[in-house]
Amino acid sequence: MDLFEHQARELFDSYGVLVPPAEVARTAPEARAAAARLGGRVVVKGQVKTGGRGKAGGVKMAADPAAAELTARQILGMAIKGHMARSVMLAQPVEVAEEYYVSYALDRACGTFLAIASAEGGMDIEDVAAARPDAVARIPIDPGEGVTEAVARRIADAAHLPADVVPTLRALWRVMAAEDALLVEVNPLVRTADGVIVALDGKVTLDDNARYRQGRWGVGEEYGNGHPGGGALGEAEGAGRAGGVGGAGEVSADVLERTAAAKGLNYVKLDGEVGVIGNGAGLVMSTLDVVAGCGARPANFLDIGGGASAQVMADGLTVVLADPAVRSVLVNVFGGITACDAVAHGIVAALERVRLTKPLVVRLDGNNAERGRAVLDEYPHPLLHRADTMDAAAKRAAELAANVGA
Amino acid sequence: MAIFLTKDSKVIVQGMTGAEGMKHTRRMSAAGTEIVGGVNPRKAGRVVELDDRAVPVFGTVREAVDRTGADVSVIFVPPPFAEAAVTEAADAGIGLAVLITEGIPVHDAVAFQHHARRRGTRVIGPNCPGLITPGQSNAGIIPADIAPQPGPIGLVSKSGTLTYQLMHELRDTGFSTCVGIGGDPVIGTSHIDCLTAFEADPETELIVLIGEIGGDAEERAADFIAAHVTKPVVAYIAGFTAPEGRTMGHAGAIVSGSSGTAAGKRRALEAAGVRVGTTPTETARLVREQWEDLR
Repeated sequence: MDLFEHQARELFDSYGVLVPPAEVARTAPEARAAAARLGGRVVVKGQVKTGGRGKAGGVKMAADPAAAELTARQILGMAIKGHMARSVMLAQPVEVAEEYYVSYALDRACGTFLAIASAEGGMDIEDVAAARPDAVARIPIDPGEGVTEAVARRIADAAHLPADVVPTLRALWRVMAAEDALLVEVNPLVRTADGVIVALDGKVTLDDNARYRQGRWGVGEEYGNGHPGGGALGEAEGAGRAGGVGGAGEVSADVLERTAAAKGLNYVKLDGEVGVIGNGAGLVMSTLDVVAGCGARPANFLDIGGGASAQVMADGLTVVLADPAVRSVLVNVFGGITACDAVAHGIVAALERVRLTKPLVVRLDGNNAERGRAVLDEYPHPLLHRADTMDAAAKRAAELAANVGA
Repeated sequence: MAIFLTKDSKVIVQGMTGAEGMKHTRRMSAAGTEIVGGVNPRKAGRVVELDDRAVPVFGTVREAVDRTGADVSVIFVPPPFAEAAVTEAADAGIGLAVLITEGIPVHDAVAFQHHARRRGTRVIGPNCPGLITPGQSNAGIIPADIAPQPGPIGLVSKSGTLTYQLMHELRDTGFSTCVGIGGDPVIGTSHIDCLTAFEADPETELIVLIGEIGGDAEERAADFIAAHVTKPVVAYIAGFTAPEGRTMGHAGAIVSGSSGTAAGKRRALEAAGVRVGTTPTETARLVREQWEDLR
């Protein structure tokens, strides 16, 4: 789960990393009032979970509260790489003397965390690394040791950063370790004209697998992500009005994803017309690719896991069929531990509960496939189709999706 | 001979007495695995009846190793207990720890993988189906009856169900060992570790590599194949249609910016001389062609 900049800023502040005074506003008048409290002259920053915000016009200076209101009006509702800015952060401007880059990130290849640091902050670190590899230091962190005083000094030395960034390096590691973060990035970390080290921006990714032991994530709206008990995703891309693009009554991607999450389903909305349900992440990803190979576009990823019970199948079909873009549905199950006849009975029971409005193609293979197929063949439903192989099933679903619109 | 797991492997199960642990212990035993005991500190001293034998429950892995000579542990504990379970297995001298558990925090995985490496314990997983050497032993949850016959193919995969799919399609040819290495960002055994072992295994004559989006394990495997693998490799990659920045089921399956894409992995593998199938079925066909060529 990625945090918004203002959430990262609050987190940094609570671990002793210096950040500029700032407030969050959701409307232009709120922005004006916040700017007045912050002293008038402010930076207005659209809150979106994506990079390239400055280039897209999502970060602007405002000379006074009236200008802040006007600027906030421009930025609120702005779409930056598909992410709509639903709030702005207003921050006191900082007089920058030097800009650095600092992050802690996971090195998957080595299975360790890395400190990445450079004295050339403010730019895209990948560009810096490509142009001048020597300008970017990469120091592995021993998981037993963490970032001690000595390790922080080593990072600073390697990146040619001044020694007074050491306390900040240590505090940022405490954020990483104590908050179960997968990424903590500050770009730029600056030295102000007054000689103070301040985090001017922040990107934090938290590990969803650690939710069970991170009580504060579940509290309030700020850290919610739509899961049951996880709060209501206060301002994430897309609640209700965020649907935006579609006409009245259309179900937006975000609503579908939240509905699925509330049912405990592993669902990702895509922008095609063939709904896909399968068991196992790899098999479902593969199914999406095979659908695409048949000239159609998958409408979603939905992994219902190993059991494929009637309830889970019914929940899955309900979510997929609620997507107005879906024109056919493909169920692709490989029976491993769960036999295909049990899966077939689950599908039949699901069809008794869910009104099927679009053609459904089912492919069952693996454990007890023949018996499972027989169960489906004996169930008369005009919209139910069966195919024996994954490739044939995808082809059939693609054809049906094309015909529905014709 | 196979890799990592043979009929001589003595297997204990940490978390054997839980519902999942018990179900899969019975399945492993039925597939020929020599299950020598379970570990649960709260149920130490009990005996669990399997089909053809009764096995003791020990209080600690150390005790299980001392009493049975166990060298493999299959771990079915909930995520909050995984780090302690792997650490305990490594400290007790277990050579191979197979961690099935899904949903383990990455900070825990980094810590126990680091510890296991220092102790010389190979970890497979987490978030994996384990491994099977058909006709000999099964350590994990792969259904043994998909492909019961031993054969010349070594298979390594990030995905459980794609492993099952390929095993099913190639069941007539058969497998030396199939290893599900898991879909998490931090895993104990990589594609390269398995390629190294398959290259050295005389019973493996060709290798199937299944990958998916996220990270650069497949790209590194491609470099390794070009430099070190003489046996033919056929690959399949899932996730060409995955959007950037979204986690696709597996915690590690995410395209970040321009890195971790299926297209990039495919290019790297093809550049290393690996044939890459566009669907699981086509991949199986390429494997059969390759096997015919070898014979």
